[in-house]
Amino acid sequence: MNISYTILIPLIPLAVFLLLGIFNQKIKPSISGYIGVLGLLASTILSFYTAYQYFFIHEKVDGVYQTFVEKTVWMNFTETLHIDMGVLIDPISIMMLLVVSVVSLMVHIYSRGYMKDDEGYTRFFAFLSLFTFSMYGLVLATNLFQIYIFWELVGVSSYLLIGYYYTKPSAVAAAKKAFIVTRFADLGFLIGILIIGYYTGTFDFETLNNPEGSAILNWASTSFMGLSAITWALILIFIGGAGKSAMLPFHIWLPDAMEGPTPVSALIHAATMVVAGVYLVARLFPMYYFVEDGFVLNIVAFVGAISSLFAAIIAITQTDIKRVLAFSTMSQIGYMMLALGVSGYDGHEGVGYMASMFHLFTHAMFKALLFLAAGSVIHAVHSNYLKDMGGLRKYMPITNITFLIAALAIAGMPPFAGFFSKDEILVAAYEHNKLIYYIGVFVAGLTAFYMFRIYFGIFWGKDTQYEHKPKESPLSMTFPLMFLALLSVVGGFIPFSEFITADKASFEVHLNYPLAAIAVGVGLAGIILAWIFYKKENNLANKFANAFGPFYKWASDKFYFDEIYLFITKKILFKRVSAPIAWFDKKVIDATMEGIGNKTVLASEKIKGMQSGKVQDYAFAFISGVVVLAIIFIYLWTN
Amino acid sequence: MIAGISIYEILTLTSILFFIGIYGFITRKNLISMLISIELILNASVVNFVVINKYLYPDMLQGVFFSIFIIAVAAAETALAISIIINLYRQISSVEVKDTEIMKY
Repeated sequence: MNISYTILIPLIPLAVFLLLGIFNQKIKPSISGYIGVLGLLASTILSFYTAYQYFFIHEKVDGVYQTFVEKTVWMNFTETLHIDMGVLIDPISIMMLLVVSVVSLMVHIYSRGYMKDDEGYTRFFAFLSLFTFSMYGLVLATNLFQIYIFWELVGVSSYLLIGYYYTKPSAVAAAKKAFIVTRFADLGFLIGILIIGYYTGTFDFETLNNPEGSAILNWASTSFMGLSAITWALILIFIGGAGKSAMLPFHIWLPDAMEGPTPVSALIHAATMVVAGVYLVARLFPMYYFVEDGFVLNIVAFVGAISSLFAAIIAITQTDIKRVLAFSTMSQIGYMMLALGVSGYDGHEGVGYMASMFHLFTHAMFKALLFLAAGSVIHAVHSNYLKDMGGLRKYMPITNITFLIAALAIAGMPPFAGFFSKDEILVAAYEHNKLIYYIGVFVAGLTAFYMFRIYFGIFWGKDTQYEHKPKESPLSMTFPLMFLALLSVVGGFIPFSEFITADKASFEVHLNYPLAAIAVGVGLAGIILAWIFYKKENNLANKFANAFGPFYKWASDKFYFDEIYLFITKKILFKRVSAPIAWFDKKVIDATMEGIGNKTVLASEKIKGMQSGKVQDYAFAFISGVVVLAIIFIYLWTN
Repeated sequence: MIAGISIYEILTLTSILFFIGIYGFITRKNLISMLISIELILNASVVNFVVINKYLYPDMLQGVFFSIFIIAVAAAETALAISIIINLYRQISSVEVKDTEIMKY
């Protein structure tokens, strides 16, 4: 299969970015929107063509999907250790291509309506294209270093887009926070890459992931503090992934990132960039599975499970709808991590891996839909807060229906997409680790509850009197909603285990009816509880919150994680570490240098009178010097 | 070779001439006088070249030739200095040394 044309998939958005970025002022906003959408449409068509070619035209060899790589050496260190640039086509990269293409295209179309009359319209589309380019590059990366480069590029585009309203101090602060927190986690990623490069002598995914390859067979050859060096490297790489995917304790940037425009939240902070961490673990899955007998995978599973529980509890208490969705995203990504963590490798054992990728796919669709629908609501009522909403179903029928579909999908109700992927995850967890399974089921209930809490709060509940009568958004905004709603309905019927498995060979999955029934029952309970609390305006929810007292307060203050970080940075790092170092720098190093300079100036002040400008003085000094030297050489220099 | 006069006497004379030049260069208040002092210094060295050539290496001519070169260079240098002084005079209407002290710190 010839895959060289796939390089165009990332290059088209790059070209659009350069075009819109360089001729920012010269292009009319109406045209720049079309350029952005058309560029992405081309990439999307190419992605679908690639997927079609790969899954349906090209034959599997021995029932296993082949991996295609096209690359050039970029930096050469040794015979085996070199940094390449290229594209790698295998099932998960194709799936990510489709996810990025579809969501990004929908967000581009949606933004034409949402960002209308915004001053930085062209700049917005330029940044969106830059992000899409970086994400494609990340997905198609052939080696660890390439993925790292694009990893940082998506970080930069995320920073640029969160800080899009750069006149708003809170947006600037959120952008910086997102960048610094993820950058801090990426330090772990970089160290992990270097360790892998040092001990295995290669960055290549193909070489690293080969179960019979030296990287996996020789993992135990070096040990450091009880674990092998490769294990440490994988833990560090997972830290990088946790930073990008907002896993505990690096999640603090994600809620604040909601300061960006809503389409950005839908694209970057719900569907694509935040799942990069999941993708990274999936990309290196054979290493994670075989090295140290899956030790790191246990860490992945528990970090995922705890993050998912933690975020779901916080999501119940938030009143800003975008923040609820942000915590929900974190919770669902925790689900994906958890599924990867409990997965095996061969055949049906790898159901967790398949479920994780499946959930990534379906989640991208319905979460992007939730964000876009929330954006449509925010566009209509000009507020993010639940208290300003209510009874909107009369004014915004399309948004209402699509939001409901997405909420049912994320709550895991059959036959919507989330039901199938969530069921597979719970099956995998049930077979592997009961504790994680119970956490998963509980979170499923919480998810249904908080999602319907905001659904009823927005579209039902109290009859708010609006100053301007809210009206349904234009077609450019409702079309992506309807399209994504369609995908959220039918997405679950894709036979994912046909296409994407840990060992790249297809297997059959069947619904596990008892487990599915439990999950659906718990989800229904959540929905009914939300229905009782929030369908009509009443005091039940407040009474309930008061009953929980301090616990409710903790959760609504996000368990004080931000405060802990602020305490550690401001009180300990800045005051106890940075301040003394700054003092040393200022008072000792700078002062020494300045002292030398000052003394030189002083000395020259003293002796500048010698430069009198009288030529005869100079002549006198010169001749006196000659005479003195003559005396020295002739009479005193005797040996 | 001048009969009855040894090299020491002539070198003493040129040394005196040289230091008169230096003294004049340092103490004169007038640029033209300083120029004349420089001529004295140059002439002292020219006489030295000739005398040393004649007394120590009578069968050679380098010293004599060198003195001719020095005379030529001195003429050129004088021409240059005079032109600078004339230009200076046009600018500040003076050839006094104390009026040319503006090039200081």
